[in-house]
Amino acid sequence: MNFIPNTAEQRRDMLKDIGVSEIKDLFKDIPESIRLKTPLKLPKGMSELELRRAMSELADKNKQLVSFQGAGAYSHFIPAVVNHIISRSEFYTAYTPYQPELSQGILQAIFEYQTMICRLTGMAVANASMYDGASALAETAIICKTRTKRNELIISKTIHPEYRETVRTYANANSMKVVEVDFEEGKTDMKKLKSLINENTAGVMIQSPNFFGMVEDVKAIGNIAHEKNSVFVVCVNEATSLALLNPPGDLGADIVVGEGQSFGNAVNFGGPYLGIMAVKSDFVRQIPGRLVGETTDTEGRKGYLLTLQAREQHIRREKATSNICSNEALCALAAGVYLAATGKKLRDIAKLNYYNSHYLYNELKKHEKILFGNDFFNEFVVKINGLDECFEKAVKSGIIPGVKLERFYPELKDCLLVCATETATKKQLDKLLEVLG
Amino acid sequence: MKTIFEISSSGRTAVEIPEPEVPEEEIVLEQRDELNLPEVSEIDVIRHYTALSRRNFGVDNGFYPLGSCTMKYNPKINEDVSRFSGFTTMHPYSPEKLVQGNLRIMYELQEYLKEILGMDAVTLQPAAGAHGELTGVMIIKAYFESRGEKRNKMLVADSAHGTNPASVSLCGFELEEVKSTSMGELDLDDLKNKMSKDVAGLMLTNPNTLGLFDRNVVKIAEILHKNGSLLYCDGANMNANTGIAKPGDIGYDVIHVNLHKTFSTPHGCGGPGSGPVGVKKHLADFLPAPMVAKSREEYVLDYRIRKSIGRMKAFYGNFNVMVKAYAYIRAIGAEGIRAVAENAVLNANYMRVKLMKHYHLQYNRICQHEFVLSDEGMPNHVTTLDIAKRLLDYGFHPPTIYFPLIIHGAIMIEPNETESKETMDSFIDTMIGIREEAEKNPDLVKKAPLTTPVTRLDGVQAARNPKLCYPC
Repeated sequence: MNFIPNTAEQRRDMLKDIGVSEIKDLFKDIPESIRLKTPLKLPKGMSELELRRAMSELADKNKQLVSFQGAGAYSHFIPAVVNHIISRSEFYTAYTPYQPELSQGILQAIFEYQTMICRLTGMAVANASMYDGASALAETAIICKTRTKRNELIISKTIHPEYRETVRTYANANSMKVVEVDFEEGKTDMKKLKSLINENTAGVMIQSPNFFGMVEDVKAIGNIAHEKNSVFVVCVNEATSLALLNPPGDLGADIVVGEGQSFGNAVNFGGPYLGIMAVKSDFVRQIPGRLVGETTDTEGRKGYLLTLQAREQHIRREKATSNICSNEALCALAAGVYLAATGKKLRDIAKLNYYNSHYLYNELKKHEKILFGNDFFNEFVVKINGLDECFEKAVKSGIIPGVKLERFYPELKDCLLVCATETATKKQLDKLLEVLG
Repeated sequence: MKTIFEISSSGRTAVEIPEPEVPEEEIVLEQRDELNLPEVSEIDVIRHYTALSRRNFGVDNGFYPLGSCTMKYNPKINEDVSRFSGFTTMHPYSPEKLVQGNLRIMYELQEYLKEILGMDAVTLQPAAGAHGELTGVMIIKAYFESRGEKRNKMLVADSAHGTNPASVSLCGFELEEVKSTSMGELDLDDLKNKMSKDVAGLMLTNPNTLGLFDRNVVKIAEILHKNGSLLYCDGANMNANTGIAKPGDIGYDVIHVNLHKTFSTPHGCGGPGSGPVGVKKHLADFLPAPMVAKSREEYVLDYRIRKSIGRMKAFYGNFNVMVKAYAYIRAIGAEGIRAVAENAVLNANYMRVKLMKHYHLQYNRICQHEFVLSDEGMPNHVTTLDIAKRLLDYGFHPPTIYFPLIIHGAIMIEPNETESKETMDSFIDTMIGIREEAEKNPDLVKKAPLTTPVTRLDGVQAARNPKLCYPC
């Protein structure tokens, strides 16, 4: 298959119109020395029937087990309407809405998405999306630097380890220093934070619920950050928690970033996901990425377009707030449809996450060592002696019991991060208790 | 059209949530007061978003010759297979032995891209083209740092995509622009003048944003390498050369490609994309971790990248996009990959010769996958914007306009290989018709579009008084 419609005859006619005799003549600008003389070493092409078979065999090589893994990628219920809408090819085969008259559909959908994110986070402005939670957090390093003209970031060690790594990558390239603040009882150690923060601290970054599932004292940390006039960045890795907890905007966040995968996007082996970014109103000129705004047309009718583009690379080039161009628009559309469909019921979904995970916590607490307190959202840390063996046993009985923490925190040997969302049944929860017990 | 908030009605819902099966433990966390989200029924959701979709335009709706964006047809089989639950439900932290299918797809995609690009190693982690650029420029920076060389300058062609200069400054490099010649190629004299021991590298798009293959590219690579500098390829235009020439053979040290352009994955109204980066051997140690490796018959995630720049995002990249690109390469195979470039270039040249009789074409040469017209000489002050807007009335998505910046009033047309001669002829006739309208009835063209759900929008008002949210 090659999806090329023109016939050999049409190609001949076109060559004649161009005034060349063969296709080769169209490539004569490419120096002979670098033109390929032999075909590429790739497998032979195949028919749709064969391709479907081959792909289905590959999918079957993966094992679909009952999973209690979270750690930044959450398995949630996705209402059927979500996939039906994002499968409409008017949406998924379109480009970035540069021609607003022909793109009112996605522009309005993103405008509504921005509104929903503002309401969930308690912020004034949300952008049209970033690549994922980690890169969204990393891009805030640059905002912190621009706003404060300072060069140091303080980042809590309870932030997702891969998010911290991403922040360090971006900060290194920008010659910024990153200082990590340790945790105490599973939460950011505020005493240490106070001792680390100084006049050169551009921003303080925390995650809540944090990587261990614990809800941080966002307000108190915000106060510490603001005392030194540092930008306070709150990362929300499990977006479902926003439906239940106090919005970070109400607790003093200057910037809220997060991972929106939980809103209608499949786990998909880590991507594509949805980077959320929302800011206080006076940060609007520093926010990276697309923004959809409302305006009117020449007839006075309401319409939407990409606005404040003077921040962006295609206008400002090297002076842009970011280099981002493509984003995750279709994932934002999925989130919008998901949030419209679940609406106020999202709080009930969030509560189910709470109940299911706390049931596990309470039951496990009877026999196992639980590391931290019960003020977590939907995941927690349990220490199991001989974890590796226990993990293997669970896998053999069809359950992935969680995410082992030692690779991220060597000090947390034999510790398992266990997550239960609304998708877990009591039967599955009890089976997990049985294999861990 | 009403917003979802305006059709909300208290007490409605589109989902039902099951009762908890476990005890309703008292919630010890501080809770928010209200959750101000819409209350709509399932049919409301479907009708609302279906109505929105009808106010949108994708490749499936019609011709989309958006230059530099390669808006090719997205084969439906790729969508279908990417939705197999065996792919979509896999957790990124599942033990490797449970996700061998996914890891094999990633490993083989890395290998295919290495072969197509002529590179020694490929990372699939970047989520988009610009993300790939950032990765590539960071790699260049890390390479010189590891050698103890202080090179603080990056060169970019004046015809470059805006993301190039933005990526350069995001990495703390100083930017210098290199001019283009009257033939639309990089000015070698200007390049030589700007070479110094401060220059880390040059970012070059080839074929360039004028759709022209820079005939001096081998020489350019030599000039850079002689100075100890590196050559970066913005591979956004790779659709012109797949199977014809390998960037690695040309002398590029780093390249990013866009799976959502060359490899047929849909653009989703702006994303998700995927921007793999390929490098030559001397830069392989700097790639983001992890890579997918093959160890005996098992596929594994390899975190041992010695001098890695670090992560560019969480997990492994936009996996589901990779599945579609992988399926595409498997479907078309080696012969197909070459046919893609041949037909993309054939189509572009056909449109070029047909349209140059009616519109100004600054660089009259055989082009690659795209070419750039302009509004120079249009009667009655009809502009590029007017032409683009009038195309909307005829059911076409307009070309890229006002880019590249070095051509005043640029109209950049990229037809790609999946379009038929009939479709192109109809677009050509329409463009000729608009030229006639511009002469005989310019007001019609200047008022366009007249048939779309909204007419031209007031961008000044939108920027002066930004309304970025529906009010509470």
